[in-house]
Amino acid sequence: MTTRERARVQLSGAVVRFAGDSGDGMQLTGDRFTTQSALAGNDLATLPDFPAEIRAPAGTLAGVSSFQLHFSDSDIHTPGDAPDVLVAMNPAALSKHLSSLKPGGTLIVNQDAFTERNLQKAGYEASPLEDGSLEDYQVHLVPLTDLTIRALEPWIEAGELNKKEAERSKNMFALGLISFMFSRSVEETESWLRTKFAQRPEVADANVAALRAGVNYGETTEAFTYTYEVAAASLPAGRYRNITGNQALAYGLIAAGKQAGLDLFMGSYPITPASDILHELARQKHFGVATFQAEDEIAAMGSVIGAAFGGALAVTASSGPGIALKAEAMGLAMSVELPMIVVNVQRGGPSTGLPTKTEQSDLLQMLYGRNGEAPVAVVAASSPADCFDTALEAARIALTYRTPVVLLSDGYLANSAEPWRLPDVSKLPDLHVDYAPAPDADDDGEFLPYARDEDTLARPWAIPGTPGLQHRVGGLEKADGTGNISYDPDNHHRMTELRHARIQRIAQDLPPVGVDDPDGDADVLVIGWGSTAGPIRAACQQLRERGRKVARAHLRHLSPLPADLGELLRSYRTVVCPENNTGQLSLLLRATTLVDVKGYNRVTGQPFSGGELVEAVEQLAFGGGNGQSARDADVTGA
Amino acid sequence: MTGNNDLTKKDFTSDQEVRWCPGCGDYAILATMQGLLPELGAKPESTVFISGIGCSSRFPYYMDTYGVHSIHGRAPTLASGLAITRPDLDVWVITGDGDGLSIGGNHLVHALRRNINLNIILFNNEIYGLTKGQYSPTSPMGAVHKSTPLGSIDQPVNPVSLALGAEATFVARSIDTERAHLKEVLTAAYEHRGASFVEIYQNCNVFNDGAFVALKDPKQKVHNQIRLQQDQPITFGPEGEHAVVARGDGSMKVVSTEDAGDRVVVHDAHKDDATTAFALSRLAHNPTGPAPIGIFRDVDHPVYDDLLREQIDGARSKRGDGQLQELLEGGSTWEVV
Ligand SMILES: Cc1ncc(C[n+]2csc(CCOP(=O)(O)OP(=O)(O)O)c2C)c(N)n1
Ligand code: SF4
Ligand SMILES: [Mg+2]
Repeated sequence: MTTRERARVQLSGAVVRFAGDSGDGMQLTGDRFTTQSALAGNDLATLPDFPAEIRAPAGTLAGVSSFQLHFSDSDIHTPGDAPDVLVAMNPAALSKHLSSLKPGGTLIVNQDAFTERNLQKAGYEASPLEDGSLEDYQVHLVPLTDLTIRALEPWIEAGELNKKEAERSKNMFALGLISFMFSRSVEETESWLRTKFAQRPEVADANVAALRAGVNYGETTEAFTYTYEVAAASLPAGRYRNITGNQALAYGLIAAGKQAGLDLFMGSYPITPASDILHELARQKHFGVATFQAEDEIAAMGSVIGAAFGGALAVTASSGPGIALKAEAMGLAMSVELPMIVVNVQRGGPSTGLPTKTEQSDLLQMLYGRNGEAPVAVVAASSPADCFDTALEAARIALTYRTPVVLLSDGYLANSAEPWRLPDVSKLPDLHVDYAPAPDADDDGEFLPYARDEDTLARPWAIPGTPGLQHRVGGLEKADGTGNISYDPDNHHRMTELRHARIQRIAQDLPPVGVDDPDGDADVLVIGWGSTAGPIRAACQQLRERGRKVARAHLRHLSPLPADLGELLRSYRTVVCPENNTGQLSLLLRATTLVDVKGYNRVTGQPFSGGELVEAVEQLAFGGGNGQSARDADVTGA
Repeated sequence: MTGNNDLTKKDFTSDQEVRWCPGCGDYAILATMQGLLPELGAKPESTVFISGIGCSSRFPYYMDTYGVHSIHGRAPTLASGLAITRPDLDVWVITGDGDGLSIGGNHLVHALRRNINLNIILFNNEIYGLTKGQYSPTSPMGAVHKSTPLGSIDQPVNPVSLALGAEATFVARSIDTERAHLKEVLTAAYEHRGASFVEIYQNCNVFNDGAFVALKDPKQKVHNQIRLQQDQPITFGPEGEHAVVARGDGSMKVVSTEDAGDRVVVHDAHKDDATTAFALSRLAHNPTGPAPIGIFRDVDHPVYDDLLREQIDGARSKRGDGQLQELLEGGSTWEVV
């Protein structure tokens, strides 16, 4: 029922941000639009951002929740810097997000929410809808609440919904409108709603009606002169799905259990942003996964050591404050040399910090945050989908070298989504390991729990239930070989060195550091780890388009570092290391390679934008650029 | 209750030199355990002792079984992870009054309430032995030790009351040197499915000698040991001249058996309601006089590890064995050609 012919504009990509009150369902709306975009074949990246409070006071700035989606017809690496379209469900959302909207960008506002009271709560003295402050944007004032209620009148009249409940569907109305704008089919969302509300078909019907009303509103009003289309991206062939980091991580752990032929045990204590890993695993009991919600993180870590002693693939997941509690038990885990995985989904610190925001500030805690010389392996995931592969790699190292392995993710990776080309499960690595076998009846040799494999320096994994291998392990220093308590000075020194050497041995089967340098003639290297991979990649592409010669490398292994890293770093004129901390990898690289690495460091609780890194690299490596963002930041040069 | 294997005490004794102070009560407990396990038919390879830190926590090193000497207070957490994943094992926790009630009090409470299949043995010597004699959470008010030169001002905790309050399904108390009694209690703890908690009064002859003299000295103990026996009236004393009766409010007191008449409490550890067991535990705090020993509570409740396995088996029979490809393809997928 198009009342007027509209131009359909082809775009190569767009950034849309939904912002509203925590109770407005913005995360869900963003999630649905992400799935719709994925089904349209776009490449995409998302950035959910929500307050730590479950229900911050309605209408306040503190209660604003947002979800940004960047979708494109080509390969993209970040959730986008400034949105092209902003949906603001109330004054607080507008106030908080307007400044990031691109000049000339499209602004869709829920007019009904701009009441005196809400304006006050958002700190507006005059309504921005009336004082001309939105002049630079293409503004669509939509009475979203009212339109939604009117669309749901049949259900209200039938007494199946009250007005409040009906109003709740306004996010679906907004989704319908945006879906119309971007020529997206809402079919999948309709069937999703019907599954989600299978128990309450009237609620499903009402939501579908609100969604369709949104689409129809777009079609019938004259306000929307253009609709947009973003063509499918040319991604490598294969079967795809959308996946968040936490989900990919949970799947990676299940896959690791399968590939190792071991039961997976997850002992955890809830903490943002790691809890979803526990939730996901708890749903997968038919894989033989045992989940244990412990009384605290110390207990979670203890349970993991116990399960590992018993022969399980044992995992715990937490975030900064919980990881701090685990520290003593991680020392024991290291000392008893058993395989296990400790996931740290980093959040803003210190202390309780910024629970729902992202940061990379636990790197040194993971490397060094234990008493004594207590080396463990540390790996980091670089994108949501990469959490799957990194979980498998963590399991491989843990099982091969009999060591706790720390897997670093962060709040950004945990909650944001990207399309993931599904792996062929028949091609996943074989992680099978053998427990120490029971000795033959005529074997009267002594069992040595701390005898070491020549190649890996791993000790035998002798699990209870095996006759003849009874032994005791603990945190007291052990005699090399027998594992008996030993206070011998030379033995202590030797054991300390062996524990370091065992971790260093991991480097022997790591591939050389991959360098992304299309022309092969760069003399500047941008190096990073973890979730900065996307922004760094995007920044390097932009720099190359400007004619800058930059290479890029991203580290998955942080302990041990790859063997060829020093040589690699020394081969560049300048090495720049952007991190969402005050320079932790920089410190490590400088100490281990003696290269004068330049850090670009910001801790805002948000991931870097590609644009900000372009300026930072310009300034640090090429002495140019306008240095806008780099100037404000803590640039740790020489 | 005797085992059907031919193992002996020797098969449960490791080659490690025992390093407790001469005269320490821990020796007697160790010897009893080493002698008892073969009688119970336990297998060294299927037995695991997990301890925290303290003199008592050195125990696993001396057993020729599997063992972990873990970190201070956390033994129940390791034991939980192991027992949950390995239902085929006998998992014992060895802890002390500092280890289990101070730093590890939280874990003890939760392991008990979850009813994980563990035997938790708490060596109570009312002192921190390993750190050389500070007062502990069970030391009596006024106790003068290194860190309390003017006397402790902490209200002590009663381990049996605490365990009962934590919903423990098996709670008992014994004494290091009462070999036969200790054996009986440990046997019942071993045979109980779910979490068992046994407090053992243990003499630290170096830093707190004589703490339990009222219950251990041959002359005094006949007057002070209140032995709880299933279905028996609770009487004690050389001639059974003292009896335990309930007050109107449910609390317990000791009166003469003569006065008690038919009001003597008949012990029933299998009663599901823990009120009487709790009231009995309140008869003595730091035992300088009559104190109950034996099994306070022994009831059957669902066991955490059984329930978890039921959930796993249930999920498997309902959804089939998990298939990885299916899992990964769950949700919406699309094909790029
Ligand atoms: C985290 C930590 N804090 C403190 C200690 C020191 N410490 C070792 S044993 C102990 C107390 C042990 O007392 P208890 O559990 O009663 O055992 P006992 O030695 O009396 O058998 C303390 C405080 C430690 N090992 N670890
Ligand atoms: S200090 Fe006390 S508890 Fe420790 S070994 Fe010596 S006597 Fe036993
Ligand atoms: Mg003690």
